[in-house]
Amino acid sequence: MVDKTEMLDELEKGPWPSFVSQIKEQAEKNPISRDLLRQLEQSYKDKKLYWRHGGVVGVWGYGSGMIGRYSARPDLFPGVAEFHTVRLNNPSGWFYNTKSLRQMCDIWEKYGSGLLYMHGMTGDILLLGTTTENLQPCFDELSSEASFDLGGSGPGIRTISCCVGPARCEWACYDTLDVTYDLTMTFQSEMHRPSLPHKFKIKCSGCPNDCVGAILRSDLPIIGTWRDTIQIDQEAVSEYINGGFDIVSYVINRCPTQCMRLTEKELGINDRECSRCMHCINVLPKALRPGKERGATILIGGKTQLVEGTIISSVLIPFIKLTPPYQEIKDLVNKIWDFWGEYARGRERVGEFIQRIGLGDFLEGMGIEPNPYMVAHPRENPHIKFEEYYREGD
Amino acid sequence: MEASPKARKLDIGPPDYRQFLHPVVKENYGQWKYHENLRPGVLVHVSETGAEIYTVRAGSPRLVNIDFVRRICDLADRYADGFLRFTSRNNIEFMLPNKENIDPLIAELEGMGIPVGGTGKIIHNMLHSQGWIHCHTPASADASGITKSVMDELYEYFTAKELPHRVKIAFACCTACCGGIFWSDIAILALHRRPPRVNHDYVWRVCEIPTTLASCPVTAIKPTYVDGKTSVTIDEDKCVYCGNCYSICSACEIIDPVNDVLSIWAGGKLANARSEPMLAKLVVPSLPSNPPRWPEVVSAVKNIVEVYAQNARKYERLGEWINRIGWPRFFELTGFEFTKYHIDDFKHAGQTYKKSVQLKF
Repeated sequence: MVDKTEMLDELEKGPWPSFVSQIKEQAEKNPISRDLLRQLEQSYKDKKLYWRHGGVVGVWGYGSGMIGRYSARPDLFPGVAEFHTVRLNNPSGWFYNTKSLRQMCDIWEKYGSGLLYMHGMTGDILLLGTTTENLQPCFDELSSEASFDLGGSGPGIRTISCCVGPARCEWACYDTLDVTYDLTMTFQSEMHRPSLPHKFKIKCSGCPNDCVGAILRSDLPIIGTWRDTIQIDQEAVSEYINGGFDIVSYVINRCPTQCMRLTEKELGINDRECSRCMHCINVLPKALRPGKERGATILIGGKTQLVEGTIISSVLIPFIKLTPPYQEIKDLVNKIWDFWGEYARGRERVGEFIQRIGLGDFLEGMGIEPNPYMVAHPRENPHIKFEEYYREGD
Repeated sequence: MEASPKARKLDIGPPDYRQFLHPVVKENYGQWKYHENLRPGVLVHVSETGAEIYTVRAGSPRLVNIDFVRRICDLADRYADGFLRFTSRNNIEFMLPNKENIDPLIAELEGMGIPVGGTGKIIHNMLHSQGWIHCHTPASADASGITKSVMDELYEYFTAKELPHRVKIAFACCTACCGGIFWSDIAILALHRRPPRVNHDYVWRVCEIPTTLASCPVTAIKPTYVDGKTSVTIDEDKCVYCGNCYSICSACEIIDPVNDVLSIWAGGKLANARSEPMLAKLVVPSLPSNPPRWPEVVSAVKNIVEVYAQNARKYERLGEWINRIGWPRFFELTGFEFTKYHIDDFKHAGQTYKKSVQLKF
């Protein structure tokens, strides 16, 4: 049924679950998967891919969510002559019930390769491989019967993702799942009909541990934090100490701001000096918790390598309280899109745009006052672009 | 196009997550008090109300099939009342209100060849780009195959063996870096090392010249005419082989099985714990791409993990450990050769030079 796959067979060995076994299982009954396996074996033999460059596909009413892909050798691998991806917007926090997943699988069995990524790097379910003809009926069933919708692609807002948040984490400083869902529903049109200079990603992490990597993986990270004091349960601290845990070595000496001290078995924190790094809370989860006045820090500009280099997001709004309907965030997003959309070059991410024009001018465009929290340190060069000067006689 | 748009549902958005929360999760939403890592892959979260929920985390190869998803759903039906979730690193999480279900669930998962682990101070599931499975731009290396090979070799560090702190590994098959590699403790990145070959018969038909020129970060692309038709030339001295022009103009062929290599990077992190987020740095500029098992790459990654395991202090991430001991010591301990290519020569390169005499001999 399937040609020999000597190279790929090697990747069925070993203890880690094998993607090759996943493809092979489908290849027994699905011609798309069968030819994917054959083409992949050819790639392994020749050390090169066999996909043609690009291709635009879509469904009625949408300008995103589907990625066109065509085999470079449809003569050899007709099953993958067309091998398009369908991006499905994941529910907040990647929570599912089995009924919903089974419905999605049944539809994908009918229309596609039966292969999928759980999940893609931005967060979507990626349904891997179907024909142009099947895209519309597949989408129609996914949306009308399984209640799934497409995620983002192209130069627009992409699928938003978030950490597990208050659903199962005591450190969540705001409701990451609700913010994600609310913003996703608010920006449906912008996600499905992209019209920005380049992609725009938002990720929501509930605390500075940043479990979805918002600071580097998104243009607009929303990272939970608190403004008051770390909550301490002194009894639980004593339990750690009595249990033999070396609080001095592993907590106090590792505190980056040296703001902790241990006196007569009581732990003290100078919260004014605390930088909210989370280390002590991570190590002593039973004894320490983030404060009660919780909210988020909003950053701006994160992106990976292509083309001007990787950028770690930087602080835009040091602290904001997040309560429904999150209007401040929505206004901010719209303001960024207006300003960046007006002045950016084509395919210029907002982080690259800020590097080009300077954060100062960007803040001015946003109507946000400069603040020392936004910089690691003030400038080190004297080429200040003063905007006004007097002329003789003024 | 033929069907009436009215019959279609547009912009309904993703399913509402609230219907997917287990009743115990729903009742204790926002009320969790603390959690413990009971063993690799098993967590307990305790609520203010005294309620407990046990999480079993299982690794997946990310690329799965519908029958696999159905089998996972069977387990969720049997042990977790029909609810499950996935993590940002492609793990599957079952949340069990009943402690008694932990061991039988783990036994079933292990029986299916699905490892339980990936929590706490161990190796977490690898992230990776699409590779030869579905992408049109990767350098000559496959994402899924390298991920499988590395995770096979480091399997016991995912399921059991404790390290000084967590280690996150990622793979990307070109500088688009879909694997999000630069914030990983250890990253593998496929690179080109030869300028694109321009197909002049093709440029005028498929490429927009101004956007192709603008795509180059080092202005190496210039417009030209070849046989009376518009085309581009590439200044080979300037080109840094990033491949961005290829993503704009398919006539600038960059993929090259003879020359493409794999590089290794180390020391990235993005949590704010202790130190601020930092990017990974180059440790090995070029290793050969040898499918199907990429032994050179696997052994370099394992070397870093083992040297880190032996030398770092508890709660010290790989990058924090390197910052403490210094890069010269890192190269000495790992045995990797330090070359001219390790020294940055792109924009702002000078910021990475050593500007003090604080040297450890």
